[in-house]
Amino acid sequence: MCLAIPGKIIAITSDLSLSRMGKVDFSGISKEISLAYLPEAQLSDYVIVHAGFALSIIDQEEAVASLVAFQQLDDFEADL
Amino acid sequence: MKFVDEYRDPKTVKKILQAIESITSQSWRIMEVCGGQTHSIIKHGLDQLLPGHIELIHGPGCPVCVTPLQYIDKALAIAQQPSVIFCSFGDMLRVPGSEHDLLSLKALGADIRIVYSPLDALKLAQQNPDKKVVFFGVGFETTAPTVALAIHQAKSLQLDNFSVLACHVRVPPVMEALLGSEDNTVQGFLGAGHVCTIMGYHEYLPLAERFNIPIVITGFEPVDILQGIYLCIKQLEQGRAEVENQYSRVVTQQGNQPAQQLLQQVFTIVDQQWRGLGEISQSGLAISDDYADWNAENQFSVTTINTQEPSECRSGDVLKGLLKPEGCAEFGKGCTPEHPLGATMVSSEGACAAYYRYRSHG
Repeated sequence: MCLAIPGKIIAITSDLSLSRMGKVDFSGISKEISLAYLPEAQLSDYVIVHAGFALSIIDQEEAVASLVAFQQLDDFEADL
Repeated sequence: MKFVDEYRDPKTVKKILQAIESITSQSWRIMEVCGGQTHSIIKHGLDQLLPGHIELIHGPGCPVCVTPLQYIDKALAIAQQPSVIFCSFGDMLRVPGSEHDLLSLKALGADIRIVYSPLDALKLAQQNPDKKVVFFGVGFETTAPTVALAIHQAKSLQLDNFSVLACHVRVPPVMEALLGSEDNTVQGFLGAGHVCTIMGYHEYLPLAERFNIPIVITGFEPVDILQGIYLCIKQLEQGRAEVENQYSRVVTQQGNQPAQQLLQQVFTIVDQQWRGLGEISQSGLAISDDYADWNAENQFSVTTINTQEPSECRSGDVLKGLLKPEGCAEFGKGCTPEHPLGATMVSSEGACAAYYRYRSHG
């Protein structure tokens, strides 16, 4: 139910506070999505979308950092 | 898909599994709260890849499952009324009420429509001024803001042919109820990542401290879930009980402030019934008095419908981790996804339905 998927903002079609809307691309399929809850989201941001609403901007630095962390798991184990 | 494929990489999965193995010195029982995580765990067989002494308990995080039968009966009563267009997310349509489900009512001619977003239902109300459009608002804090905005816009537009049958639930109170129960066996939690996208994770800090339990906010892909388990076991092995954020690419501690503000404005926190678990204090969100005109329960006089749950279903024990789905005498026999007896079999995110679909049975 709480399924939410990542997509990329390819257009901002309305900028009126709670009516803020944009077009989000999901690997080739684009859909009109509410940006009401992300007033700070900008063109080309990746966002997490649920039930027609963008809920969070994906932090690309955090995304890369967590994957790099996996590559260094041997170092984590040394902590214990 | 970017931000999906890299979190399903088998090499990374293998590496984390090795790391989990190497830090685990004893058995641990960890509960994933969210039904989306349960579905991902069973679909990818993650529980079977873990060391044998790590047990995953599938928690009450499927809102479709925990919606009380009486709300399904209210939905059915409203959907049968003339001039009603009843809109719902697709996964509510097959949930059986006392006599029908929404899908069978639709087959009998009721105007029941699956929508992707509550805003689609709002649009239908604008396009059909001679009809009453009702949206079935079910879901956790992830979904509630989407419904809140639809209700708020309906009020702004004075759209009086739109209303919502709301049955929204909150995650922290159910975690607190599980931890506080005498038969609790959960030693660590994977927190529901998308709920925290909205709410942040400050609500979990007092829970971790009071019950001395690690809570790791976790995403939904195999790599996310295994990293969440790794972080949780690491805390348990080190004797720590902290709130950690595995899903930091999406979740921040403070969450989505505009969404929280509208939630507070449109909804009021109330005590709420959970299918399989009973009433949990402060665990529900009801439409506030300021928006009462858009509350379908008032518009359609269904407040007196009060259906009781069937007694043979043991979903409450499954939700608490006291019973595995295949340990129930009715599993796959008297209880199947086509004819579910209760909470955990009614939706694909329920533990019983996920086991039925992805594991051998019968």
